[in-house]
Amino acid sequence: MRRAWKITQALLSVYYAYMLEYRAELLLWALSGSLPLILMGVWIQAAQGGQLSLSPIDFVRYFLAVFIVRQITVVWVIWEFEKEVVEGKLSPRLLQPLDPVWHHVTAHVSERLARLPFVGGLIILFFLLYPQAAWIPPVSNILLFSLATAIAFALRFLIQHTFALFAFWIERASAIEQFWFLLYLFLSGLVAPLEMFPPAVRNVVLWTPFPYMVHFPASLLVGLPVNFGQGCLVMAGWGLLFLGLNRWLWRQGLKQYSGMGA
Amino acid sequence: MKKEERIKEKGIQRYGRVLRLFWGTAIAAEMEYRLNFVLSAFTSLGNLIGSLFGLFLFYRTDYTFEGWSWDEALVVLGVFTVLQGFSSTFLGPNLNHIVQHVQQGTLDFVLLKPINSQFWLSTRTISPWGLPDILFGCLVIGYAGRRLGIEAPAYFLGAVPLCFGFISLYSLWFMLGATSIWFVKIYNVTEVLRGLLEAGRYPMVAYPVAYRFFFTFIVPVAFLTTIPSEALLGRVELVWLLGAGLLALALFLVSRMFWQFALRFYTSASS
Repeated sequence: MRRAWKITQALLSVYYAYMLEYRAELLLWALSGSLPLILMGVWIQAAQGGQLSLSPIDFVRYFLAVFIVRQITVVWVIWEFEKEVVEGKLSPRLLQPLDPVWHHVTAHVSERLARLPFVGGLIILFFLLYPQAAWIPPVSNILLFSLATAIAFALRFLIQHTFALFAFWIERASAIEQFWFLLYLFLSGLVAPLEMFPPAVRNVVLWTPFPYMVHFPASLLVGLPVNFGQGCLVMAGWGLLFLGLNRWLWRQGLKQYSGMGA
Repeated sequence: MKKEERIKEKGIQRYGRVLRLFWGTAIAAEMEYRLNFVLSAFTSLGNLIGSLFGLFLFYRTDYTFEGWSWDEALVVLGVFTVLQGFSSTFLGPNLNHIVQHVQQGTLDFVLLKPINSQFWLSTRTISPWGLPDILFGCLVIGYAGRRLGIEAPAYFLGAVPLCFGFISLYSLWFMLGATSIWFVKIYNVTEVLRGLLEAGRYPMVAYPVAYRFFFTFIVPVAFLTTIPSEALLGRVELVWLLGAGLLALALFLVSRMFWQFALRFYTSASS
């Protein structure tokens, strides 16, 4: 236990230092997630007619929450892992008495810490521009939101890492992620709150993992009604499925792996 | 006079020949990955279906973008898809390489070639993976155009501002790429631009006034998709067409000057 803690601490501080090397890049990454803010504009305009079930202020808060969730749950492990496998950089890591995945996990977590000040700054700027949208959610909602976002990040990381493992067999595993990302983009509530979907589509989508990565935590933060029980159940189901697949692919992949020095 | 003309023409011919060589080799190299082409066609199709779904979410209630029927809004979406395809075929592969050249110091070799360095950097390669997007975009425009009863000449009128849009987009992208002379590692500056371009999915009237101002005068997304669509629908005012042309010309010239200016700050890998 103490050993695990020490390893975590060491990895986190190393990767945090790495991230600080390219601060300008971090800011640009934060800015490149501006899609929710653009779509916010279209939906505000649409809601001004008053025919939609949400008001303009609801849309502003919803999309701001989406922006925050996106900042916290961004994952890119597949591109790094693909490179490691193709270039044989995985080999030295396999010699360490530690599953190589932890390098990626800690790199992602410490990047979040480095990104936090920028995101905070952007949110403050946003409320200066849009003071009537400012709101303080109840503490219970903030706690639930934090929990749901953490799970959303874990789920997204797990799924992408599972796809990344296909790099052992095909060179371009990131093509899988690119296709998956489309589903994520249009079904997660990123382009529109799920409340705007036709009910039939919505009921199907709620059983897929996508809405729980964006819509579910965002709704908790802004106080839109969600079915918490069903959410936890669906996330747990998909999480277990991908965890099993992930471990199995990892074992099979290592047998297959023939990078430099393996 | 005559001799000068001959030299000039020879120059253009030379650039044409170089271009054919560049693109021939690029396509030959990419043809090794035919499976990727199938995958990217699938991805384009998925992207198109998703975009249609996104638009449908607005129109499924009685709401319409002010003055844009469903078919007219489809035209904008089609133009946007073509633009996406254009940038992933021509702009992405070339201009993201500028960063790499600067980072690895290989820009020296480009500068030593007896050819305009901006031309070399901008046209060195093409990637056929964007072609499905161009195709699907044209299909959407054609489908919507037939339902709206658009005549052939209108398509030509629409193509003019679209070409201006290509030039403007190229110039902006190139200038952002050129800033890597100072900042070195800026792969994601172009990501920021790409993110902002997403605003072109919908006609400008779909946005609140502040957004419209930003996307017309700060980042000219309006000139990339809304104005070509309006021209195609035959309801653009001449002044906007002229504006699109002037903007393209101005941005292009600025990009050339900016590149010359940036090169003054380039200290090569060995000096």
